[in-house]
Amino acid sequence: MELKTMTYIVVGLTFAVYIGIAIWSRASTTGEFYVAGKGVHPVANGMATAADWMSAASFISMAGLIAFLGYGGSVFLMGWTGGYVLLAMLLAPYLRKFGKFTVPEFVGERYYSQTARIVAVICLIVASITYVIGQMKGIGVAFSRFMEVDFATGLFVGMGIVFIYAVLGGMKGITYTQIAQYVVLIFAYTIPAIFISLQLTGNPIPQLGLGSEMADGTYLLDKLDQIVTDLGFREYTTSPNGNMLNMFLYTLSLMIGTAGLPHVIIRFFTVPKVRDARYSAGWALVFIAILYTTAPAVGAMARLNLTNTIQTGEVGSPTGNLVAAERPDWMERWETTGLLGYEDKNGDGRIQYYNDADADFAKKAEAWGWQGNEMTKVDRDIMVLANPEIASLPNWVIALVAAGGIAAALSTAAGLLLAISSAISHDLLKGVFAPQISEKNELLASRIAMAFAIIVAGWLGLNPPGFAAQVVALAFGLAASSIFPVLMMGIFDKRANSAGAIAGMLAGLSSTLLYIFWFKGWFFVPGTEMLANKPENWLLGISPEAFGAVGALINFGVAYIVSHSTEPPPEHIQHLVEDIRVPRGAGASVAH
Amino acid sequence: MITKDNRAAYWKDNLRLVLICLAIWFVVSYLFGILLVDPLNSIRLGGYKLGFWFAQQGSIYVFVVLIFFYARQMNKLDQKYDVHED
Repeated sequence: MELKTMTYIVVGLTFAVYIGIAIWSRASTTGEFYVAGKGVHPVANGMATAADWMSAASFISMAGLIAFLGYGGSVFLMGWTGGYVLLAMLLAPYLRKFGKFTVPEFVGERYYSQTARIVAVICLIVASITYVIGQMKGIGVAFSRFMEVDFATGLFVGMGIVFIYAVLGGMKGITYTQIAQYVVLIFAYTIPAIFISLQLTGNPIPQLGLGSEMADGTYLLDKLDQIVTDLGFREYTTSPNGNMLNMFLYTLSLMIGTAGLPHVIIRFFTVPKVRDARYSAGWALVFIAILYTTAPAVGAMARLNLTNTIQTGEVGSPTGNLVAAERPDWMERWETTGLLGYEDKNGDGRIQYYNDADADFAKKAEAWGWQGNEMTKVDRDIMVLANPEIASLPNWVIALVAAGGIAAALSTAAGLLLAISSAISHDLLKGVFAPQISEKNELLASRIAMAFAIIVAGWLGLNPPGFAAQVVALAFGLAASSIFPVLMMGIFDKRANSAGAIAGMLAGLSSTLLYIFWFKGWFFVPGTEMLANKPENWLLGISPEAFGAVGALINFGVAYIVSHSTEPPPEHIQHLVEDIRVPRGAGASVAH
Repeated sequence: MITKDNRAAYWKDNLRLVLICLAIWFVVSYLFGILLVDPLNSIRLGGYKLGFWFAQQGSIYVFVVLIFFYARQMNKLDQKYDVHED
């Protein structure tokens, strides 16, 4: 069957399953499931959390970034998993004990201040919108590929579907739909990885295949190091992501950000007990780790296959490169999306793909008649989707990967949009500005907020400030610098008061935003950056994606100093803090 | 009834456990995966360089084990100080 037809069928089938489950579980549990989570086992909740949390960045973008960054890509792997350790030990059980509906609601009550609540809403919206931009980039890539149109058209179609999906709403709250999405997503990710690992190393487990020998007896990673350095690129297994300080802070930003993201935190409000909140975080990480330990294998093997596809023979020999006219179908298909580009600079009818930014190597290449890297565009976000095509896997596998990418992007985008709209309608309107608002108007306000967020994110997604995973990394930095510190101080420091929390959030958020906008352009508008976004200009070599950890430190510092130099919080707040530290007396979980 | 002393002792034990877990969390990711990656890379684990393995595989496995270990120990503490639910 033709690939395009196959893709439509597989994507259509998965959608039918999600909708079917949504209708079925709605009908069978009426009313009861609004008393949320009562019957939701920590394992099921963990799986749903994993689906909610693993986005286009994890599914589509991350392995592609690892493929080109090598060891430097480890920041995403450690950062996006290690955050669950912080979440399980520092936040989840206590927030569950507190038992409120949204994150700003906790901030408002713990710091006995509407101002604190409003500031928390602002932090939440800034971080979430940035996150949605990253999803939009991923959605654009997935839709442009499978409909075989250019990126912008794919993005517009994707925006429309996200809107319908998110406005139908109910989808999100239903744990079983998310479990189905997790299943689709994890099969779509691991099946091609298993095939490719088998092809290359004979070992079906990608995690082991990555450390195994290839048919010629050399270890896969050694082979990869060799073929990329032969073409002037940096050694795969040792090339860092900026300097050591940058790697350190980048990882820390992603970890703290994971623990500070509102749409992840609220999942722990719905588990039946405090002890379940602890185990739930563990189960979520188990399901996430299945994808995250596979990703490095996907990245490395994609890089190996891509390089071997183009460099078919000895480097530098006149017949060592792929003849352009005979290039595989997948290259031509991706060229129509505009995300892959090729230009025959030296007019020899063959494709040379090498690192022409390395002056020494470029000189050497010139002697072979190479006149610059001819793969003029290789968008890293296409690697996971293109990977099964590069490895010539059967069409149904390619179609499955497209369905998985779309599931990942849709589930997270919908979750984030709901977090944004509930912050506006529930926290801002109902909670602060218009307590008398009718339920109907509250719902209307939340839909308008959602539509507005999609348009803003989609528009910025047309000119994203980076690859999907990098944009998402910025969102984590913002969450790290603004939300995590106040939540943690609220539990671990009885002395933390409203003035400290407000000053801390504002200092953390504004310093991080300033640093990001300085190098990425004001509000991410291209051309408005104050300094070119390159390592020489960065403060101590810290990239904008890594700055969230610094922002978090500023937040902690300011909050601590201001809290301890002003009036302590009132007596009843200190009792409240003591109370959330012990599990006993946790009420039934709140309705979601 | 949860007494004040009981509460304080429970909280102290809890903090100790969290500190131990976070120390391990730090060692496998930041220390082995980033700060000491170069010296560790001279040791091989099959086809993996050890530092690279910690950064892309090992740290994640340890994180999973850590959370379950923590959850188990906390359940024991909850019982010991009689602050558990129900």
